Amino acid sequence: MTRKQKRMLVRIIVSAALMVLLAFITLPPVARFVAYLALYLLIGYDILRKAALGIIHGQLMDECFLMAIATVGAMALAIVQKSGDYTEAIAVMLFYQIGEFFQSYAVGRSRKNISALMDIRPDYANLEGEDSSIRRVSPDEVAVGSIIVVNPGEKVPLDGTVVTGTSSLDTRALTGESLPREVAPGDSLVSGSINMTGVLRVRTQKAFGESTVSKILDLVENAGSRKSKSEDFITKFARVYTPAVCIGALLLALLPPLVLLVLGRAPLWTQWIYRALTFLVISCPCALVISIPLSFFAGIGGASKAGILVKGSNFLETLSKTGIVVFDKTGTLTRGVFVVSGIHHNMMEEAELLEYAALAESASSHPISLSLQKAYGGLVDHSRVSDVHEMGGGGVTAIVDGHQVACGNDKLMRSLGIEAMPCHSIGTIVHVAFDGAYAGHIVISDVEKPGAKEAVRKLRKAGVGRIVMLTGDSAKVADQVARDLGIDEVHSELLPGDKVDAVEDLIAHKDTKASLAFVGDGINDAPVLSRADIGIAMGAMGSDAAIEAADVVLMDDDPMKIAKAIRISRKCLVIVYENIVFAIGVKLICLALGALGIANMWLAIFADVGVMVIAVLNAIRAMFVRKL
Amino acid sequence: MAKTYMIEVDCAACAAKMENAARKTEGVESCVVNFMTQKMHVDFVPGADEKTVMKQVRKACKRVESDAEVYF
Repeated sequence: MTRKQKRMLVRIIVSAALMVLLAFITLPPVARFVAYLALYLLIGYDILRKAALGIIHGQLMDECFLMAIATVGAMALAIVQKSGDYTEAIAVMLFYQIGEFFQSYAVGRSRKNISALMDIRPDYANLEGEDSSIRRVSPDEVAVGSIIVVNPGEKVPLDGTVVTGTSSLDTRALTGESLPREVAPGDSLVSGSINMTGVLRVRTQKAFGESTVSKILDLVENAGSRKSKSEDFITKFARVYTPAVCIGALLLALLPPLVLLVLGRAPLWTQWIYRALTFLVISCPCALVISIPLSFFAGIGGASKAGILVKGSNFLETLSKTGIVVFDKTGTLTRGVFVVSGIHHNMMEEAELLEYAALAESASSHPISLSLQKAYGGLVDHSRVSDVHEMGGGGVTAIVDGHQVACGNDKLMRSLGIEAMPCHSIGTIVHVAFDGAYAGHIVISDVEKPGAKEAVRKLRKAGVGRIVMLTGDSAKVADQVARDLGIDEVHSELLPGDKVDAVEDLIAHKDTKASLAFVGDGINDAPVLSRADIGIAMGAMGSDAAIEAADVVLMDDDPMKIAKAIRISRKCLVIVYENIVFAIGVKLICLALGALGIANMWLAIFADVGVMVIAVLNAIRAMFVRKL
Repeated sequence: MAKTYMIEVDCAACAAKMENAARKTEGVESCVVNFMTQKMHVDFVPGADEKTVMKQVRKACKRVESDAEVYF
């Protein structure tokens, strides 16, 4: 509780006690009026002051103004009617203040809670000096290439690689993944994760401003700077609503008595003025105005707890309407790492064939040759290889241990006059020829991610009607992956530029209400990410381009998070609509009851405060996303 | 140039009012007030002096919401 809130609480308690006390004391009329007036000023002076300031600054139609008019009016009526019933004005003011107090307390609390979810900012770094002394410094001051020490229980302050030590890291705050990550010397560390078990010495690779943790904080802190349509709607609504209600109240105070006068009956001025004042009390739009941004904030907070960063409430809104999900195959549904998945028709031992292929390709840094070298596993001795000739778009020929070795596709084999055995497996085929004779082929393929199939199924369950896969791979590979995963639409053999065209084409032909989400791994698909209604970047830790281009960033590369993100956004939007309908609905009913004279001012203020409390509690529900 | 400032504001409606007031201030290209994070993001017109513009922004905000505060 802040000091301001504490002071308010004391004022509320003292006023309530005094009000009860005054109800039991009988005073002469003038003294009674003075006592109640003093109490009224005690509970409402700040409201009256703000209302006066508002009038001076030409800001007539705000809450304070409404409350001031209503309560001053009620006091005046009590004097005019000589009823001496001043409690109503005071009670209204008191309940209004209680409502405001609750609102500021609840909002402050949830703001703190949600902010704590996203609190990954490291406070310090333990910098190791040249004499291996350790100094505690601000992460800003650590130069790239320094050695820092991270003790168990501390946050990793900067991105770097482990020099000595092994430990488990808690990356939950970053990725939402609760399984700890094991690290050993040589492994890279991401800032913002928490060191759990062992002492680590780390060589920093980035300055603090460039570290993952800064990038994420920057993103999270600016998340609210884009507003959703619902928020805009509420702001506009409040702008029209308050003046409209004031005019309504004025009409309610004047019209019926005038009509009654014309009809020759008693005008009942005080009764209609009282109803008009009740009308004003009901009219405060605060439940709406507070609960909508709070719902979005809670939704964004809950999502980031699950490792899903949403850049603004407008994106949460668009995400909830997702009707088409477009995947870029490599890196999202598949791991984007090529591995040897089979060796067929081999005329020599598999290991031997692999060894020759790996040696022949050893000069190349192409992903295919890297995967061959990885599968071979042994150390590549370059002295065994000579006369390497690379044939662009075909393969390689080389002399390995005195033997003529050729590795490559059909084209290469044809040009060498060697008949290659066709392969029925899906993937990239590397044929190998040994001393001019065919020696077999190696199948290299990208592997599907373990959760990919489940992710597609969950998306369908979440109501995404159309799932499309885009890829630069051959049709054969693409169709196979799509069949495996249950994706019905595939566009294959696309160049990077074609992907933008494909997405634009899909956007042009889709239902206008549904939005299109594009999921990429952030590597060279930034243009597509920004073209889609919602760009989702996966496994974005460390990839700056993706963080900038995407609207939603998944901190790890688990494709299941996409369906989760959609469900979180839907829940949040349902809460937003619930609050809008509930708050406006109750207000309208109360306004009608007030105009008819069924609701009095007490009921009016209860309705106002009650609706707000319920709306705020409902809004906080958006934060709980674990079971989604 | 764009910058983010800490602010202090009590209610969401007041935040919206401050946003409008700041937008109308000379030297401000656009402005977004985030009530939940208590921050004001201001995009300045090129060449505008940050300090003088922010003084005006604070004045405009105080006019619409006397309790509000902008820190710069």
